[in-house]
Formats: sequence, C-alpha cells, structure tokens
Amino acid sequence: MTYAMSVQNLFVSYHGEEALHDINFTIEKGKLVGIIGPNGAGKSTLLKSLLELIPKDQGTVEVFGKSINEMRKKIAYVPQRSDMDWTFPISVIDTVLLGTYPGLGVFRRPNKKHREWSYHCLEKVGMEKFSQRQIGELSGGQQQRVFLARALAQKADLFCLDEPFVGIDITSEETIVRILKELRDEGKSVFVVHHDLSKANTYFDELILLNKELIDVGPVSEVFRPEIMMKAYESQLTFMKQNEVTV
Amino acid sequence: MEFIHALLEYTFLQKALLTSVMVGIICGVIGCFIILRGMALMGDAISHAVLPGVAISYMLGINFFFGAVLTGVLTAVGIGYVSQNSRIKNDAAIGIIFTAFFAIGIILISLVKSSTDLYHILFGNVLAVRSSDMWITLVIGIIILAAVYAFYKELLVSSFDPTMSAAYGLPNRLIHYFLMTLLTMVTVASLQTVGVILVVAMLITPAATAYLLTNRLSVMIFMSAAFGAISAIFGLFLSLIYNVASGAAIVLVSTFLFALAFIFSPKQGVLFRTIRARKAKSVLQDKSLS
Repeated sequence: MTYAMSVQNLFVSYHGEEALHDINFTIEKGKLVGIIGPNGAGKSTLLKSLLELIPKDQGTVEVFGKSINEMRKKIAYVPQRSDMDWTFPISVIDTVLLGTYPGLGVFRRPNKKHREWSYHCLEKVGMEKFSQRQIGELSGGQQQRVFLARALAQKADLFCLDEPFVGIDITSEETIVRILKELRDEGKSVFVVHHDLSKANTYFDELILLNKELIDVGPVSEVFRPEIMMKAYESQLTFMKQNEVTV
Repeated sequence: MEFIHALLEYTFLQKALLTSVMVGIICGVIGCFIILRGMALMGDAISHAVLPGVAISYMLGINFFFGAVLTGVLTAVGIGYVSQNSRIKNDAAIGIIFTAFFAIGIILISLVKSSTDLYHILFGNVLAVRSSDMWITLVIGIIILAAVYAFYKELLVSSFDPTMSAAYGLPNRLIHYFLMTLLTMVTVASLQTVGVILVVAMLITPAATAYLLTNRLSVMIFMSAAFGAISAIFGLFLSLIYNVASGAAIVLVSTFLFALAFIFSPKQGVLFRTIRARKAKSVLQDKSLS
C-alpha cells in the first residue's frame, strides 16, 4: 500500500551537531498526525527535513509513494508565525491567493475564479470580513486562520503546520482543529508540530513522539501513555532530579 | 519656465532628463523588492562592486555594462558563499566582499586614468550622458520591467514567505541571484545619473517612501517608480538652477519626499500616530475622571 509519509534512516544535523538520529516511520493516508516532544527535540526540524526545506545527511522520504519533488504542488505548508514578516505590504485576501500559485505555474496569473475560490477559503476559516486588511493588523489567531485558508486554497493532499497553536486565542484554535479534522475526514493527510501535551490526545489520530530520535509512533491510544511519554521527557526529568540531589 | 526653454533648446538636457527619469523608475521598481527582502545593504554592496568591472571594461575597450554586470554578480555570489560556509554573518560578509571589490576598482582606475573619471563614476554626471548611454538605459529599463512583470508572482511569494515558495518547489536561490543580476543592471544604468555612491539612495528611499503609504505590493511598486521619476525631474531642475551636482540634488529630492511621507503618512506617519496616541490617552483620562 502507499503511505502518506514513509521515512527511512533519516539523519539531519545542524553545523555538525546531530539534530535527528535515524528516524524511521510510516503513516497511512487520511490521518491527523501530531509531531510531539520536548523543546529542542527536533520537531520543526523533522517537518522541514521531510519536505526537504533543510538538507538531510542521509535517508529517504516518500510522500504518497513518490519523491517529495514530484509531490510539491500537492503539499501545503503553514510556517511558524514567528518566521513571518508581518509588516509586508499584502492584504489578507492576497495572502490566501498565494495558495493558488502552485497550481498556476510560472506565467499564468490568478483570475477572478481564483479570487472567488480564495474568498471562499477565507469564509471557511471565518475571516472574510477582514479580507482587505493588511496581514499585520490581525491578531495571532486570525493570522493563523488566514494561513490555514491559504493552505486550503492550494487544494493540497498533504498539510504541514508548524506550531499553529502557539500564542493564539481559543476560538481560532477551535476553528483550526475543526477544519483539520474535516480535512482528515475528506481523506487528506495532516501533520502538525505541537508542543502542548494537554490536548495532544484529543486533537490527533496518530502521534510521532520525538526526542532527537524516534521514541514511538502509532495511534494516540498506544503512544499517549505515561510510561512511553516519560521516555521522551526523561532527559529533562533526570536533569531535575540531579539538581534536587545537588541542591 | 527657463528650465523648459532650456529643455527644448538643448538636446543634452533632454537626454539627461530622459535617462534620469528612466533610472528613477527602474530603481524604484527593483528597490521595492530590495527593501522587502531586507537587502538594503546588499544594494549598497553591489553598487560599489561594479567599479572594478567598469575599470576592466575600460581597459579592454568594451562597453562598461558587461564588466559591471560580471563583477556585480561575482560580488553577490562571493557574499553568499562566505556567509553560507562560515560563521560570518551576512552583513559582515557584505562588508568584507564589497569593500574589497571597491578597493580593486579604485586601484584599477587610478592605474589607467585620471581622477576626473573616477569622480564621474562615483558621483555621476548626468549632463554628460551620450545617446548610446541613453539607449543602454532604455534597454536595461525594458528588460527590468519585463522581468518584474513576468515573474511578479514568484518575486512576491519568495519575498513574503520563502519557506512556502521552497515548499512548493520554487528555486529560491536562483530567484535571489536573478534579482541580484537585475540589481546590478539597475546600478550600471544609474552610474551616470547618480553615480556609484548614491545609487543605493535611489534604490531604497523611493521604495521606503512608498512602503509607508500603501499596504499593497503592486501599488507600492507604482508609487516607488513615480517617486523615483519625480525625484529625477525635480533634482535635475534644481541642479541646473543652483548649479549643484545632479546626483546629489536628485537624491535630496527623494529624501524630501520620504520626510513628507514619514511625517504625514495617514497610517504610518509620525504626525497621525502621535495624534491617535494622544486621543486614545485623553479618552482613557476622561473615563477615569468621570
């Protein structure tokens, strides 16, 4: 069978320092997947190296049974909010319209149909009233919803979101989770880098638990158990224990 | 009126005006992408780095356009290579590479020619524009505008969200060097109008002015081009009336336009910001009093 994501022997390093060590997993199509782990575990690094946005030292990644370069136009990526320049002169609707670019190729321009489709995607995330605003005038949660609308506009098969819930309001978080679940129900595959353990078990179908190496991967019911979660967070806990001893 | 009479009478003035307006427009257009990508320093670097190219072209007796583009692009590649392959940060790499190229340029020019030519390259001499220079500027201008029009989508998305553009398969690095090539061509076109030293002002100031006035990239590009052209016209006018250096006069007009926008821009200007802040404060005070 073809998997949404199939990863073998993935190694990634930053300036000679190993960030990810021998990652192997497969994820079926149509799953909502959480990538979790402690700070510095390499969650965003994993997502970026899966999409070959950063170079890998070794390993193969296949998306829907094909190389990433064959699938790029069908992959929507939502960056971390802190990575963006929010003073850029672009309106909300034009930001969503960017989502139609991958389907257009180089010389074609978006037309009225693309604009209407983008507006429709804005409606889905409940942001149509803000369509003419400059992107920086929105709150964090609203910005995240606009970027989700952009991903929707791309009509992708694989959605990758890097820490979408950091510093956003509860309404936006609920809207985003609802839409991600709808996408999953339509058969799309969704990968989300996530750091808040409290909601991990209600948001996701599958978890990839990471701490520089793969600790565990599988359905939430199997991975989200104290004895397994402890393994990923162990180093932080031993550090605390050691501190207690020495203090 | 005298300016218009002079303009009708002297062809060298007509050439000067046409050339500097074209330069104002293309600098304004490319400048938008330069400031939005945070590459103002890069603009400064490339403009200085064309100097050795100009000198070498002169020695070989070829059009200075070719040498200038060569050393300009070499500089961009050199800066990229140093910052990607060492712990040296981008701004420091820029400082190292472009000063080296500039120094080579100064030595080459002092070897082959008198210092008056160096002065003209550094500070421009728009009144000495020849017909061939005017045509080169026109051709460069058409290439620049056509390139920006054709690749507008790609330039927009890779400037705003390079991660997204990489994710869907755009060659970000190629786009970067493509833009650096356009930047070099703009610099070469500007040599005679404002000179090497002040090109960066024409790249950044009109674009920054437009940036304060609009929230739309397409509008920003048109406004920036307009500010560049207006600066060229009025700068040239002032330089004739008061008999001062044309490049400097053009730059100061663009600075004046920037100052106006900086103070009076409805959304970003200092004046309305202060007024809005005062209002908000007094509303709060009224509330707490009542």
